[in-house]
This record gives sequence, structure tokens and C-alpha cells, in this order.
Amino acid sequence: MISVGRIARRSEPYVLAAIVALSVLIQVQSGQFFSGNNLVDLTRSLIVPALFSIACMMVIVSGGIDVSFTAIASLAMYVTDRLLLASNYSGNVMLAYAISAGLGLLMGALNGFLIGFLKLPTLVVTLGTSSLFTGLMFGAFSASASDVPPSIAMHGKQILFTATNAQTGLTSNMPSQIFILIGALILVFFLLRYTMLGRGIYAIGGDETAAERAGFNVRGIKMFLYCFVGVLAGITGIVRISMIAYADPSTMLGMELTVIAAVVLGGTRVTGGLGTLTGTILGVALMTILSNSLILIGIPTYWSRAFTGLVIILGTGITAHQIRSTRRRHARAQKATV
Amino acid sequence: MTNPRSAATIRAAGHTRDPNIPRLLVMLVFVFALMTLLRPNQFATMADFNSMMRQFPEYGIMAIGISLTMITGGIDLGVVGTANLSAIVAAKFLIGSVPQGALPAQVVPYLIIAVLLSLSVGLACGAIAGTLISRFSIPAILATLGTQQLFTGIAIGITNGRPQSRLPLLYSRIGNLELFKFVPISFIIFSVVAVGVGLMLSRARFGTHMYMMGTNARAARYAGLGNNSIILRTYMLSGLLSSVAGLIMMARANSAKADYGAPYTLQCVLIAVLGGIDPNGGFGTITGVTIAILILQFLSSGLNMFNNISNFYRDVIWGGVLILVLVFNKLLSWRAERRAVRKSVA
Repeated sequence: MISVGRIARRSEPYVLAAIVALSVLIQVQSGQFFSGNNLVDLTRSLIVPALFSIACMMVIVSGGIDVSFTAIASLAMYVTDRLLLASNYSGNVMLAYAISAGLGLLMGALNGFLIGFLKLPTLVVTLGTSSLFTGLMFGAFSASASDVPPSIAMHGKQILFTATNAQTGLTSNMPSQIFILIGALILVFFLLRYTMLGRGIYAIGGDETAAERAGFNVRGIKMFLYCFVGVLAGITGIVRISMIAYADPSTMLGMELTVIAAVVLGGTRVTGGLGTLTGTILGVALMTILSNSLILIGIPTYWSRAFTGLVIILGTGITAHQIRSTRRRHARAQKATV
Repeated sequence: MTNPRSAATIRAAGHTRDPNIPRLLVMLVFVFALMTLLRPNQFATMADFNSMMRQFPEYGIMAIGISLTMITGGIDLGVVGTANLSAIVAAKFLIGSVPQGALPAQVVPYLIIAVLLSLSVGLACGAIAGTLISRFSIPAILATLGTQQLFTGIAIGITNGRPQSRLPLLYSRIGNLELFKFVPISFIIFSVVAVGVGLMLSRARFGTHMYMMGTNARAARYAGLGNNSIILRTYMLSGLLSSVAGLIMMARANSAKADYGAPYTLQCVLIAVLGGIDPNGGFGTITGVTIAILILQFLSSGLNMFNNISNFYRDVIWGGVLILVLVFNKLLSWRAERRAVRKSVA
């Protein structure tokens, strides 16, 4: 049974309301929000953070936190890019995705081994591996912005449709990479909802000991989870460079904070066990609209970072507060039945 | 009748005795010997010691701040943001208020106000983080990721991202004083901080409470400790130490900048973990952290002397060392556990 009270306790409606309010505000201020090209632009800049946020949400649901996915994505795409350039490859772009995903898998497996098998704290491990991967990229591969091989450049030019703003004449292209996001969403939706593995991710986030006693293979689930995050990050790396048409090693670094903020904003419980794809995508949409339109609502660019910090704090604060009040309500209900 | 809450009882139970220290000392000697062998004419010369003593106090003090928060079972990822923000507030005040061509004697009161201002900004930043964690029960990682963004963001906002230079000369002159032309004042400040915090952890009641809360927060609450106030005070202390580090950075660079020292966050977490602070809380000493600071400084000064090693390899080494230390500590604790089980079975 879904009651009004239960809906009010979730964060998705609030995030949705915030998105609607913000869109109307920007529309009133600039008159450009609901134009076709602005909406396409927003979708376009949403693809990469949304892919990251899916991975990040799964980790947070399992009770961990990962700050290394952007480093994995950067190193995986950079090595793939150099490899394909060096071999003068000009075939299908699927090979680029496969290599990058494979490299991501290896790096994710390192995280998974350290976290799942050695039971080391996730934040410290991923801080360490993220420094390791970026250091390797800039040190061993002396990375700097580089061209992309023809197959990736071609892939970037595959456009679904073009939206033109009748007033300003500006055009925006909808990239075909949106299908990768849609595919990832469908895959993860089924994984989380209908497989034992997916339920296991929620179970270990809710209570690891209980999940272990209930027969879940906690080590295996964590290993799978961090490998999956690595694969997704590797794919996202190629999506990114195909959309901007050059391989910039630092283009994704530093994105992890806004992604984590978006995931938490979308109602994923920071201590694990709760979180939805709908909420996550809404959170990413809100963050993207905010960062694309700060100037439109009168916030100077110099203050955008402070604003991000404030959003993280408010978002996590509201979620933490909701959890606490739910717990209190449970405790009261228990007392009443006793 | 012993008071269960007194520091002496805990010490008697061997709570603050740190099994890491001998291991860390061996590592320190090893790194020192290795660098001396590889670079005999450059490493461990008087000039090299002097430059090392100038380098580590700023991040060393922040590492002590992070360590304190980790002992209580949290983490403060906002130390660098706090340091920069408090330094920028002091710099803005000095640039805006000291009249042109003022005599040194006239500048001194301004300097004192600037230092006090910066320390109070540090305390306030710490209080914000502490309140978010204790009153609003936001996990420390997320709360301080947020405050790091917020403080850095405010620092960028009030300076438009530009470095604040043209400070009164007297400030950097005092900040770069050297005792006997050898021991920098920043090193003396670091020593005072390390000894003071170390004594507080091992002797003062507050230090004991921090360990107790870090070991088991629920047990500490049932034992009648005010957890919220312990958390608040710990993060305020960490904020205060960060602002001290900020003042040192400002003296060394003779300017303040919003994004100065960004890699220090990871480096400080690495120092804390290397120094034997348990990321889950409850264990670790300032002696261990101090030795870890020295190990890292030796390593980094030594690496600087190899021209063909890119600076980026330092990231690889920091990340790699951090993970290796974690793995090593884990294996040791597993072995100790197994031995304890075998003993209890026998």
C-alpha cells in the first residue's frame, strides 16, 4: 500500500519539486529554459555524470563510498586512446569500448579485492587507488590532451537529431551516446530489482553481518560490485572523449564530488541499504541544471563551488534527518506494541 | 576504587601503548639510510635538514588535525579548505587595514589581530563541521567533503580566485625567522603542537574520552560521555590546527590562495594511516603520526633529488604506500587475532 505519508517521506518528490521550481524560475528570468536546444544541451551534459552516478549509487547502497571512478575512467580511456592511435586502428568503435571496459574491470578488481577480501575501509582505499591511477596516467604515460582515433571521432559525430532555437538560431545536437545511458539504466534496473546479486547489494548495505548470516556471499558481491563500477567507468571514459572529440586526461577528474552529491541528493541513504535509480537520475538532473544555469539565476561563477558545497551539505543533511526521524518513528512504534 | 573514566586506568590497560612505533622507527631508519646511500652529497646535509624543517610543519599540523578526527572514528577532509580560508581572511584583513609605509612597530598590533582572526575562522569552520556531524548526524566523510567544497568555494568567492599577495613584509619576516640561523619558527610551532596534542591525548581526560568514543560510540554514550560535545570539540580543534597551518603556509608563500596545497588532503590521510591511526577509530598516537611525517618528508626530499623522476610519480608512491600499509596492518591484525584465538583455545 502506498500512502501519502510514505511518499512524503521519500526524497524523489522533493527533488522533482525543486527541479520544477528551478526550471520555472530560470524560464521566467531568461525565457530560454524550455527551448528545444536548451533541453537538448542539458541532456547532453547529463549523460556522463548520470553514467557515473549509477555506479556511485550502487556503491553507496552497498554501504561504501568510491572516489576513484573518475580516475579509473580517465586512465582507462587514455590508455585505450593511445593504444588505438598507435596501432592506426580505424575499425568499429566497439573495440574502444571493449578495451576501456576491460581496463576499468582490472582497476575495479583491485578496489574489489582490497575492499571485499581484505575488508579495508572503502574511502581510504579508493583515495589511495585514485591517486595511484592518476599518478600512473600523468607519470608513466605522461598524459596530455591528445587526439582521438578516427573510430571514436566518427562515433562522436553520430547524431540523433538537432534542435534549433527559433529565437537565437543556436543549435544543439542530441548525441547517440544517450543510448548507452539508457542501456545502462535498464541493465542496472533489472540487476538491482530482479537478481539475487542486486538484492545482495542492498542487503549488505542494510546490515552486512545479517546479510552474511542470511547466506549472501558478501566478498563475492563486493568484488562484483567494484568490478562493475570499473567497467561502467571505463565505458563512460570513451563516452566522454567521443562527445568532446579529444582525449583530455583531466576532463573528468574532480567530477566525483558533484556525482556523490547528486546521488545523495537523490535520496540514496549515505549509510547504505536504500537508494533508487529514479532518485539518482533526478539528483543528477538537479545538479546539472544548477551548474548549467547558476549565472541565469544570478549566482556569479566565482561562487559556484561554494554553492556546490552548500548543496552537498543541505542534501546530505536532509537525508540524514529523514533517516533519523524514520528510526525514531520505528522505535516509538515498537514501544507501543510492547 | 579506580575511576573507570580516568586517563590513568586506560593507560594501565595498555590502551595507548602503540605497537606500531618500533615498526615505524625501522622504516624511518631504512628510508633515511637508503636516501643517504643513493644521494650522499645532497641528502641529510645541514642545508637539506633546514629545508626539510621548513617543508613539513604546514602539512604535519594538518595531519595531526586529521588524526584527531580519525581517532574519534570520523575524518576531516576539510582541513586544507579551512587552512586556505583562514589564511585568506587574515591576508585580506592585513592588506585592507595596514596603512602604506607603516613602521614595523605600528604593524605588530595588526599582525596580532590578523592571527587571532584567522584562528577564530579556523575554530568556526571546525564548529560548522562538528555541528553537521554531531547535531545533524551527517556521516563525517560527506559532511567534510561538503565543508571542503564550501570553504574553498567561499575562499574563491571572496578573492575572485586571485592570490592575495602584497602582505606587510614584517609578517613573512617573522614567519621565516630561524633560531640559531637553523631551526625555523614553523618547526618550533609544529613541535609545540605535536607535544601539546600528544600530551592531551595521553594525559588529559578529553583525550581519553576521544579514544573511548572512537572505540565504541554507543558504549561511550551509555557510559555517560557527551558524544556530541566530544565530536564538536574535536573538529574545532582540527579547525584550529588547520588555521595554524594556514598561517604557516601564508608566511612561506608570502601570499594566500584559495586552492593552495590541494594534494595535502590525501597526503595527510596517508600520514595518519601510516602512523598507525585506525580509520575505524579508537587507536593511534601522535608519536606514530610524527614518525610517519618524517618518513614521508625523507621520502619526498630524497625523490626530489632524482631529476628524472616526474612529480606525478609521487602520486603513485603516495597511493601505493597508503594501500600497502593498509594491507600490511590488516595482515598483522589478522595474525594477532588468530594467535589470541589459539591462546584462548589452549
